[in-house]
Amino acid sequence: MSTSEILLRAAALEQVREQRYASRKRINQLALPLSLLAMGIGLLWLFWILFETVRLGFSGLTLSVLTEMTPAPNDAGGLANAIYGSFLMVCLATFVGTPIGVMAGIYLAEFEPKSALAAITRFVNDILLSAPYIVIGLFVYAVVVTRFKTFSGYAGIASLALIVIPVVIRTTENMLQLVPAGLREAAYALGAPKWKVILSITMRSAQAGVVTGILLAVARIAGETAPLLFTALSNQFWTSSLSEPMASLPVTIFKFAMSPYENWQHLAWAGVFLITLAVLGLNILARVLTRNKL
Amino acid sequence: MSQASSVKQAPSSPWADRIFAWLAKSAALLTLGLLIAILASLTAGAWPAIEKYGLGFLTTATWVPVKEEFDGLVMIYGTLMTSLIALAIAVPVSFGIAIFLTELSPAWLKRPLGTAIELLAAVPSIVYGMWGLLVFGPILATYVQQPLQKAFKGVPYLEALFSGPPVGIGILSAGIILAIMIIPFIAAVMRDVFEVTPTLLKESAYGLGATTWEVVSTVVLPYTKAGVIGGIMLGLGRAIGETMAVTFVIGNFNQLDSLSLFQAANSITSALANEFAEAGEGLHQASLMYLGLVLFFITFVVLSLSKLLLSQLKKGEGTKT
Repeated sequence: MSTSEILLRAAALEQVREQRYASRKRINQLALPLSLLAMGIGLLWLFWILFETVRLGFSGLTLSVLTEMTPAPNDAGGLANAIYGSFLMVCLATFVGTPIGVMAGIYLAEFEPKSALAAITRFVNDILLSAPYIVIGLFVYAVVVTRFKTFSGYAGIASLALIVIPVVIRTTENMLQLVPAGLREAAYALGAPKWKVILSITMRSAQAGVVTGILLAVARIAGETAPLLFTALSNQFWTSSLSEPMASLPVTIFKFAMSPYENWQHLAWAGVFLITLAVLGLNILARVLTRNKL
Repeated sequence: MSQASSVKQAPSSPWADRIFAWLAKSAALLTLGLLIAILASLTAGAWPAIEKYGLGFLTTATWVPVKEEFDGLVMIYGTLMTSLIALAIAVPVSFGIAIFLTELSPAWLKRPLGTAIELLAAVPSIVYGMWGLLVFGPILATYVQQPLQKAFKGVPYLEALFSGPPVGIGILSAGIILAIMIIPFIAAVMRDVFEVTPTLLKESAYGLGATTWEVVSTVVLPYTKAGVIGGIMLGLGRAIGETMAVTFVIGNFNQLDSLSLFQAANSITSALANEFAEAGEGLHQASLMYLGLVLFFITFVVLSLSKLLLSQLKKGEGTKT
């Protein structure tokens, strides 16, 4: 092989290499804008939905929305009873669900984190965390509504509480795991009993995280419709009796939005605005809380 | 003296401890019991329908409440089809978002963009539903459905796929809304698993001259395969179980006479949402319970798979390769 042949072959190889490099570069240049585009699409939805909610919801927002009862079709009115019902049921459901969730979280993180029971509970909890909420509604219907023969606020609270529990379990466990073991050991070394160590040392240092979890759970149930559809049902009037059907904001929005009446649809948009505001507000609050404390 | 007092105190604390431990354990057991109770009560409620229709319920497509004939294929088809459309749209978009957030985005943008995507996940589903019905549907009808129908007129098979009234309500709309809803879930999981890829591995590939795309497709993706599939499964589970967004836009139509994507249809969740409160006790209610049981079963399987795959990745994290 002469020198010129070697040089020629080297040149040919160089060309192939350059071609390959160019095509690899092209693929890369194609892929990266696509990924940028995907990001843009994701953000587009968020801003589009928020924009429409604010545009259509804000215009319908008047004082009467907050003070008057849900109206008959083509009648003036507001959402006061629905807002009150939502508020009451969400508060009570959080009140019922939180202690159970926190205790189960404590069990998973502090008592027997490696036991078989803990492993199964974690697994079941993850399933419940993403289980279809409408199935939770069916369950509460079967257990509570059929027994008492009536839709009621209690049933609504029960099904919302069942959604709170898994969320709180998950965050409580995760937050307790972040507490350094040295802190526990120091407390034990001082002779504190386990319950005292957990309640006044580990839980206290995980406080911000646990509160965040509860806030996220509240945000989640505040906007949920499916579990209330056949538990609390709805009510056109003001009621503070929990053993009667109870109006809630999401169910009222559902009923009003699907109707052909214009005033109902306006009210539905106002309701959607209120709910989005509350839910996103809670989410942002939860984020701010953890950012400062962790 | 001090010894005596500590001896005196010692027995009292295990007693309080035992109560506390018992409380914690029973809370955990309650969670377990919940799953069993849900399964048991749904099966009990669905029993009349299970007895009457058996597994044929899943393969027959008649749902005529006035004639007391109930079979679930229409809803099962609607649920699966909308979820598949949702996945087909959501997976590539989420993948792009995850790549952007882990490989391309400047550091100062990562946090706000990630938060924005997570907020998208927090928006209540009823908001998606209403937006889908009143804002997005009409736009979809005018700018997507009608042109598609025109473009595929006369083309065999494809014409059937795009037949039916282009009104922005139906399987396609429901699929798109579901896609928007599950993008944040899948993107968040993908981002998190992409981030567990060891930096050393990525830097080695970059050092050998790999492009960003090559690093993602030949290093990051193979390393996180199980986690990525787990994330997709999680999104699928969400899509299958989503109620309100679908109920608004799917059209609630209980017949299966065309496979068109524009056709109004029904899904398990929307059938439950619309009919359950009004269904009389008896076969109608039992059949709806049966549908709920099928739904729970499908999501249970999908979510278990997702959990299994995601935990596999976690196991791999600790081992050196």
